[in-house]
Amino acid sequence: MTRNLRTAFFSALLVFAVAVPVFGLKLTTVGIRLEVHGSDAKTFWIIAACAVAMFFWQLLRHHAAAGWAASPNLPRIPAGAGSFLTLPSTQRTIIIGLILLALVWPFFGSRGAVDIATLILIYVMLGLGLNIVVGLAGLLDLGYVGFYAVGAYTYALLSHYYGFGFWSALPIAGAMAALFGFLLGFPVLRLRGDYLAIVTLGFGEIIRLLLRNMTDLTGGPNGISGIEKPTLFGLSFDRRAEEGMQTFHQFFGIDYSSINKVIFLYLIAVLLVLLTLFVINRLLRMPIGRAWEALREDEIACRALGMNPTVIKLSAFTLGATFAGFAGSFFAARQGLVSPESFTFIESAIILAIVVLGGMGSQLGVILAAIVMILLPELMREFSEYRMLMFGALMVLMMIWRPQGLLPMQRPHLELKR
Amino acid sequence: MPELYHYFQQLINGLTVGSTYALIAIGYTMVYGIIGMINFAHGEVYMIGSYATFIAIVGLSMMGLDSLPILMIGAFVTAMIVTSAYGYTIERVAYRPLRGSNRLIPLISAIGMSIFLQNVVLLSQDSKDKAIPNLMPGNFIFGESAMDGVVVSYMQVLIFVVTILAMLGLTLFISRSRLGRACRACAEDLKMADLLGINTNSIIALTFVIGAALAAIAAVLISMQYGVINPHIGFLAGIKAFTAAVLGGIGSIPGAMLGGLVLGVAEAFGADIFGDQYKDVVAFSLLVLVLLFRPTGILGRPEVEKV
Repeated sequence: MTRNLRTAFFSALLVFAVAVPVFGLKLTTVGIRLEVHGSDAKTFWIIAACAVAMFFWQLLRHHAAAGWAASPNLPRIPAGAGSFLTLPSTQRTIIIGLILLALVWPFFGSRGAVDIATLILIYVMLGLGLNIVVGLAGLLDLGYVGFYAVGAYTYALLSHYYGFGFWSALPIAGAMAALFGFLLGFPVLRLRGDYLAIVTLGFGEIIRLLLRNMTDLTGGPNGISGIEKPTLFGLSFDRRAEEGMQTFHQFFGIDYSSINKVIFLYLIAVLLVLLTLFVINRLLRMPIGRAWEALREDEIACRALGMNPTVIKLSAFTLGATFAGFAGSFFAARQGLVSPESFTFIESAIILAIVVLGGMGSQLGVILAAIVMILLPELMREFSEYRMLMFGALMVLMMIWRPQGLLPMQRPHLELKR
Repeated sequence: MPELYHYFQQLINGLTVGSTYALIAIGYTMVYGIIGMINFAHGEVYMIGSYATFIAIVGLSMMGLDSLPILMIGAFVTAMIVTSAYGYTIERVAYRPLRGSNRLIPLISAIGMSIFLQNVVLLSQDSKDKAIPNLMPGNFIFGESAMDGVVVSYMQVLIFVVTILAMLGLTLFISRSRLGRACRACAEDLKMADLLGINTNSIIALTFVIGAALAAIAAVLISMQYGVINPHIGFLAGIKAFTAAVLGGIGSIPGAMLGGLVLGVAEAFGADIFGDQYKDVVAFSLLVLVLLFRPTGILGRPEVEKV
């Protein structure tokens, strides 16, 4: 009991030490001087109440534990439903259903909803690309946003200096990102897990800092604006076409409506996501895809079987980067402007969170997680101040509650009946 | 001579910054050495330490106790208590439930924790820069004059002295004390240490607390040197310190010290040669270069993979 009492007392003090300096005292600038003011009495009462609650919780925890065990824990997805959902055949059906839904609904949705859906699709693409590197090949990449930036700036620069259109710049952007992935791959190959993580993080930051500092070429912190929007076989979606071009609404003889452009962008995003899904699914069935997963499971066994880890890692890195490049150039086309501040580390963290939250290696999981991660903050717009706070807390809680992800990948397998 | 003075000046500035990096880097490296995870929230702990420092300094001088020793002791004590509490709580809430799972899981949790803490401070203390005047103005000048010589401010001297004391204290603690021995045992083999009756949970918590307290020392020193803080300083300080830890060989405490100093000096000279805006580019490029030739860092032990 004395030991419990001591722990409880210590925990209560801990609550004070954690809460008081951050919540209880506020630094305010008065004139040129800085002053410390206590918050209102309410905050202090709340902190005190928390400390008291903590005290009793720690004191009575062991008694509570018995009762806790009897009551149901956190809600769990029933085992049967879980394995049904993760079966590859079910996932395929669900994916086909989702694709049909994705193609049809924008014609009935509102402009804002379609716009958010386009954003989600960008993250789906990024998530699928990073999934190759992290989920399949098991290489921890914290600088994925660098390749995204390379793709975006490739299109932005080509459009700005040479007047390239979206469709001709798209493959170039992918190729540029792939080249960067390939170049980064070399030093990375010899590194193990966490060294790899920090090098990729550093690489992502280097790209962002270079983009910000090479003001002559990239416009520095202001970025590049006025990037051309995509066209449909030369038909533009603007109200008035440039010389020698025709607009979509003139060609089809319909009234101009700005939502057409939004839907068109959305459909391009769907197309790109489908392309990504298709390519990755094909690759997964090829020897190289199998090799990625084998490498993730056991590198030594891979080498013993005569596979070349260098080639396998490089291919994963390069391919992952390519898809980021596609996503980046689409992002540039959608925004019409790019600036280095769109490519901060937090973006990498969000993409990585999508992959892990989805269940590493699972494509349906990535799609679901991208929807959750992007849609939730959008829905919480009213509490926009608390958005990132909730986001961080959600990441921690999800990892504690369901570390294997929402829909973990499952190989086709048989189980013996008992 | 002026050339030489200039280089000496850069070296001194670099070592000053580098020693604070080293202090933060130890937090990363100790945690990594024992449980093999990157404590991504460590940079935010440092940031919270800076806020605690500011609160202590401003609060004490508002109460009229504005003599330098009192302010400094107050700042060190407050910052260390607060960050230790944060270090312990973070470990308890975000990492302990995840121990033993896939390596990526605690990392994501740590990134989430880092975003969370940054936004907690952002909401409760707003995002504006906060500034305090320099508490220890004045400097030593070696050479003919300030323009033609090496200038070492009192603050820089303080940073050296405090850093060296902290490093000495840590080294003695790790190599001589009973708890330090337990720490080393855990770093060697966590499971075996557990079997031998070491309370590994409390040792892991202890490493988080030590790391946080050292980050607090760095926070006090850097806050007093530069005098400006905002809720975003944790990220850059965190990745720089992590870079330092990796540079020196993550998991090795002398490595973190060396890595911090090397990084600080390289940054100072890099900023001198390529311009200030490329300082961070130089730091990260150095990291890539070092890892190219020594994949386990400067003092890291090559890890033997066993089947």
